[in-house]
Amino acid sequence: MSDLSGIRRGHSYYEATARDRISKLLDSNSFQELIGPAERIASPHLEPLGQPCSFNDGIIIGTGNLNGLPVLIASQEGGFMGGSVGEVHGAKLTGLLERAVDEKPAAVLLLLESGGVRLHEANAGLIAISEVIRALLTTRKSGIPVLGLIGGAYGCFGGMGIVARCCDALIINEEGRLGLSGPDVIETTMGVEEFDSTDRALVWRTVGGKHRYLLGEVQCLVEDDIEAFRAAAIEIIDKVQPLSLESLEQENLVLSQRLANYGHSQDGAEIWGAMGIADPQKLPLMDIPSFLKAVEGKVQGNL
Amino acid sequence: MKIENLLNELFPMGHAVKNVQNILTGFGSTGKGKIAVLGTTDHLAIGVETALTLADFVLMVIKNSPGQPILMLVDTQGQRLSKKDELLGINGYLAHLAKCLQLARQRGHQLITLIYSEAVSGGFLAFGMMADEIHTLAEARVRVMNLPAMARITKLPLEQLQELSVTSPSFAPGIENFIKLGGVQTVWQAPLAEQLVKVIGLEVGDDHRRHSGFMREGRKLAYPIAQRVKEG
Amino acid sequence: MEHLQFEFECSGNREDSQQATLSGVVSSGNLEVMLENADLNGLCRINVSTSAQGFGEIWQAVLNDFVARYNLANLQISINDGGATPAVVCLRLDQAMEEYLEIST
Repeated sequence: MSDLSGIRRGHSYYEATARDRISKLLDSNSFQELIGPAERIASPHLEPLGQPCSFNDGIIIGTGNLNGLPVLIASQEGGFMGGSVGEVHGAKLTGLLERAVDEKPAAVLLLLESGGVRLHEANAGLIAISEVIRALLTTRKSGIPVLGLIGGAYGCFGGMGIVARCCDALIINEEGRLGLSGPDVIETTMGVEEFDSTDRALVWRTVGGKHRYLLGEVQCLVEDDIEAFRAAAIEIIDKVQPLSLESLEQENLVLSQRLANYGHSQDGAEIWGAMGIADPQKLPLMDIPSFLKAVEGKVQGNL
Repeated sequence: MKIENLLNELFPMGHAVKNVQNILTGFGSTGKGKIAVLGTTDHLAIGVETALTLADFVLMVIKNSPGQPILMLVDTQGQRLSKKDELLGINGYLAHLAKCLQLARQRGHQLITLIYSEAVSGGFLAFGMMADEIHTLAEARVRVMNLPAMARITKLPLEQLQELSVTSPSFAPGIENFIKLGGVQTVWQAPLAEQLVKVIGLEVGDDHRRHSGFMREGRKLAYPIAQRVKEG
Repeated sequence: MEHLQFEFECSGNREDSQQATLSGVVSSGNLEVMLENADLNGLCRINVSTSAQGFGEIWQAVLNDFVARYNLANLQISINDGGATPAVVCLRLDQAMEEYLEIST
């Protein structure tokens, strides 16, 4: 991780709550919440297990404006049960994506921060994420871009990691992590020699924002500042990637080449070296502008 | 059930399904014509190359056999847990598979899933769960995680989970629970070929699962909440 | 889980019709606080759902202080608590009130 002490940034995306992210990302005072906390629509599955519920069930959804354009937005609260998806949480997200098909906003913004399925309601959560995937892809089919933003403390993992990669485009900060199985899950199941989840540098080289950017999996790598996320979202909002046979064949090719080229690599830095980047071990230490300059022209097949 | 026996029971008129390193691809003949078949065997953990091979096959079916129904045969212990897969972005490979299946649906391919052995979380999510028709064999197992592991991670007493699993379908493993929640439609009994023919050609509508879960009283909130957000 | 309810006679009034405000996040050692107008005949009612059992007296003390400071009638306060300390509870209550009063003016 680069040392950012001494640089006073705007509003950290990483540290903000789900609600703060929305209010600072959108045009001021434009957010209108759907199914707000006063309705008290919380998960019914937590109380029987002695777990406190939240009036939002860990996700805030609604409508608003981004640079004057109407958008739908969802923001997961990592602080509440790791942003995990249960029945209510998932239904809010699915409903929002389906609403987009009728309402035709300029885009749907998904502020993703989740470990995936909420184990306390695992079956309902798994089906809910499957419903989100189908709704998301249907929204895209109707020509509405779905943008994912990742940069919170809990990262974006499990089924939500799949959801993220179903979006048209992703915006991430250096602190953001994106993957399927969290490092701690791999360590617990396969042993510390497979993945040492306490090795933070290793974790970031494997699932961190810079690595994801270099592989072409995310379109924008930004500073940890909500304003930077906003600027990036405004910039890419109209760059829709239609789902077509051609685009999926292209994606298939990119993923095949990645597997062929880096399938035996053991470490992110090894991949970056193979991509032709000089001094790959220095990348994690660079600030964002220097990093972007150092890797210019090397980013893998952007999808 | 062994995969060879399953294929013979599903396709008494014959099939050409290959099993290469526990990945199934090919075609079967049914009373309603040819159907594309893909899946996994031996509880395969889905890795990046598995997802890619399956996606390849879906794209080929879209190109070469327009409109042909697709049968997914599910037997997976979930995604492969490894640093290498994460390094390559396995979630993106699984998303790619899901997108290919969605494209197939959009182009008129009916998607049918039969869980014949094991269906677990991530590997199931981007594959079998993408279908319009999801059915199981009686001996199949569906789960996110077994209860002891769930107890360990949630730090809840196993006894409490076991006790609650009797009355709540929402977290404990089991086909019955997934049926109640709308995630699985029916359990197929022999003769399997007849069951398959019965669902081939059924109309493909919107995602009906939350409605089924509501009608079966397993997921009482998902349907009304999603409808309200959608329409309200 | 423990569910507690507290009611206080209050005399202070303010402009009505503002929407509910929510502050904080339910997590370990943290809580969310929702403030709404309610027709409570001059009462301020506080409902607490907490994962920490047996702290009713401490809640009573913390809430006594809080209500004494603001004295707002016809206010419903709802708390989901993940086992926060009294100091954190006070902080969140003040933040919630600050936000609530900001919206009402």
